Amino acid sequence: MKTLRDVKSGETVTVVKLHGEGGIKRRIMDMGITKGCTVFVRKVAPFGDPVEVTLRGYELTLRKEDAQMIEVQ
Amino acid sequence: MRVALAGNPNSGKTTLFNQLTGSNQHVGNFPGVTVEKKVGTLKSDKSVEVVDLPGIYSLSPYSLEEVVARNYLAQEHPNVILNIVDGTNLERNLYLTTQLAELGIPMLVAVNMADILTKQGETINAAALESALGVTVVQISALKGEGLTDLIAALPQVAAGASPRPLCFTPDIEPQVAEVTAKLPASVDEHLRRFYAVKLLEGDQRIGEDVEGLPDVTANKEAIEAACDDTSESAIINERYNYLTRIMPSITSKDSTKVKESISDRIDRIVTNRILALPIFIVTMMLVYFVSVSSVGAVATDWANDGVFGDGWYLDASPIVGLDGAQADFDEAQGAYDDAVAALGAGIGGSYEAYDDETGENSVVEVDQALYDESVAVVAAYGETSDSYGEAGPDPADFGIWVPGIPPLLDALLLEDGANLDPDGWLYGLIMDGIVAGVGAMLGFLPQMFILFLMLAFLELCGYTSRVAFILDRIFRRFGLSGKSFIPMLISSGCGVPGVMASRTIDNEHDRRMTVMTTTFIPCGAKLPFIALIASAIFGGVWWVAPSAYFLGIAAVLISGIILKKTRFFAGDTTPFVMELPAYHLPSVGSILRSAGERCLAFAKKAVTVLLLAAILIWFLSTYGIGASGLVAVENSDESLLAALGGAIAWLFAPLGWGTWEATAASISGLMAKEQIVSTMAILYDSPDGWFSAVQGAFGLAAGYSFLAFNLLCVPCFAAMSAIWREMGSVKWAAAAWGYECLTAWMVALWVYQLVGLALGECVFGLWTIVAIASLGAVIYLLVRPNKHKQAASR
Repeated sequence: MKTLRDVKSGETVTVVKLHGEGGIKRRIMDMGITKGCTVFVRKVAPFGDPVEVTLRGYELTLRKEDAQMIEVQ
Repeated sequence: MRVALAGNPNSGKTTLFNQLTGSNQHVGNFPGVTVEKKVGTLKSDKSVEVVDLPGIYSLSPYSLEEVVARNYLAQEHPNVILNIVDGTNLERNLYLTTQLAELGIPMLVAVNMADILTKQGETINAAALESALGVTVVQISALKGEGLTDLIAALPQVAAGASPRPLCFTPDIEPQVAEVTAKLPASVDEHLRRFYAVKLLEGDQRIGEDVEGLPDVTANKEAIEAACDDTSESAIINERYNYLTRIMPSITSKDSTKVKESISDRIDRIVTNRILALPIFIVTMMLVYFVSVSSVGAVATDWANDGVFGDGWYLDASPIVGLDGAQADFDEAQGAYDDAVAALGAGIGGSYEAYDDETGENSVVEVDQALYDESVAVVAAYGETSDSYGEAGPDPADFGIWVPGIPPLLDALLLEDGANLDPDGWLYGLIMDGIVAGVGAMLGFLPQMFILFLMLAFLELCGYTSRVAFILDRIFRRFGLSGKSFIPMLISSGCGVPGVMASRTIDNEHDRRMTVMTTTFIPCGAKLPFIALIASAIFGGVWWVAPSAYFLGIAAVLISGIILKKTRFFAGDTTPFVMELPAYHLPSVGSILRSAGERCLAFAKKAVTVLLLAAILIWFLSTYGIGASGLVAVENSDESLLAALGGAIAWLFAPLGWGTWEATAASISGLMAKEQIVSTMAILYDSPDGWFSAVQGAFGLAAGYSFLAFNLLCVPCFAAMSAIWREMGSVKWAAAAWGYECLTAWMVALWVYQLVGLALGECVFGLWTIVAIASLGAVIYLLVRPNKHKQAASR
């Protein structure tokens, strides 16, 4: 299973499924990371975490730990 | 008419609110929580009340702001929801709109940033948006004030019209919504039924809190889950976004699936660059600190302390040269006069008799006529100088427009004009030494705070603060804090009050509380004179004392973070770090000024209420004592109540090496304001050689550093303590924070005195040494023990 965590910066992927549950999953989905959404991984923070992604025309940052819940292809 | 202003963070909501209401607004809190509530009335129509709801992305039950917003909307029934959406980020902003539409309240959608869209050559088809969402749409630019007349004009029509048509889900979900709606008890209002039904299907735990007899919807949820192969909550979110993705091409010319490089992206490429991010960040923060604390801010604070709360000040700086020149002339003339008088000695008149040691006879000494004439001339010249300047020296008012400070003005008022108070009386003392000096010392920080807040408001509104969190999150997370904790800590090195207040931008409650609790460990500006005193009086001015104070503060913050995160009070991480990085933009001058003004005002209010009482209390304790005839004003401070109080609790500090009433009383007076410690010590450590050498003699090296450590780490001044109370939102949490700070201070001071003192031979091995070693061991254990709460959470 490939997750958003494994995606290198500069790559564009499509969200397949969201794992996890509760507040964290809800928050990620509320911010627009939903099934079928296109996500561009823009960069990784200077200390290696979190990552910055572009989706639905805006910039979002999330920790790698949480990015692991997002299955992509 | 009541209008609820709702929208995403960074959508321009605050700017719009300020444009609509101007100065007709007041800030409070939503009942029972620390979420800020701003209410105002329209500039053009005072009968229209606007309530600014917190900035939210959704109406989920997981964040405090979202719960507050939806409770307000569902329970308070505003006449209109004014939903502001960012036109440059339409898709995600409209996601909230689809949820707001289910509340059954008439809604007006204001598409903001019309000016930026035009600049980017993009258009929004308002008619298509209106028909897709079933709402009225206006296009505005909150920043430039464009389209606001149309917006205000549309409000009454919308309020009188129908509620928006909610999003119709696909056949996988919609029949279930209909079924649940029908099953709802009659106590649920007609217009809220769809909202309740959708929330129930989402598995929302908090929706039923106020309603009895909600139906069991397990079967409906299972039906959705079977049809969509996902949890019902996710399925509903998916449908909302899928719908928006579908309608987007007909509404906007912007293609959100393409990644274009905007100006904002180009700025970000440099600002959050792997290599440049940290240097840029450090330079930015140094600049903020330099301007607000050491250069402009210091000038402003001097003006406030020495001018407004001192003798007085000039409207512009030019007369200062004249005044200084005159003062120098005056001093020179006075000096020459004194010399001449001494030279003339007893010899006025031309000659005098003097006893000669060698001959043992009296002889007549002739005074040098030239010197004599010169001296007489000097005396005459002094007469002229003192005629033109007066006995007291030059009057500043002769050299320019001189604005007297508050103390001389009050002095004149109290002593001469109407009141005729006795300058030695209690009332005069209370007003001048208690209230004016105490509150003045606090308000003296205001100009500096204002400059600091101006710069921070700029960084926050332009979008840099989010980047700081992005850059630093990795580091701060290790210590149980958020990347956003950095800003409060940095500000606290200037002043703890705004520092604690700045923690409001941290949305995770645990992180916020932890930051509030530990941020005042960082030495603030008011502690600098005290640090300097200890460094020079006790350590002979060695260079490392001052930097070590900062390291001590930072270490206390980081170690506290690790230890507290492992306790059950801070365990778990409910709100994840999933944060929008808003596009950079230049904020308006008005919003920066307003943001800084609001924060300063909040502090000033505290200064004249809580602090006034505290100032009076400390003044009372230090001025009065129990004499033979009961409560009397005391001559010597060692007979005061403060001294008695210090003596009564000094035993607490005996294990720390400074269990004297003087040191204790100085620490107590530090609660008023930390710079007070130095002035109290100057009064209490009285000796013929001056107080400085008395302080020198009173402390050994270990005891001196222990005294320093305790006063750096213990509870901050009353102003900061009340800020902690405010931000914690409950007495229990505030008391926990104060207690934690005092305990930390006491333990660190104990280690310093007992362990370092033992090594230096300043104290002997005893019971307290064992306590020190045991508590140090316990803290190390707490630091390295595994985090059982974290394991439980990830399982």
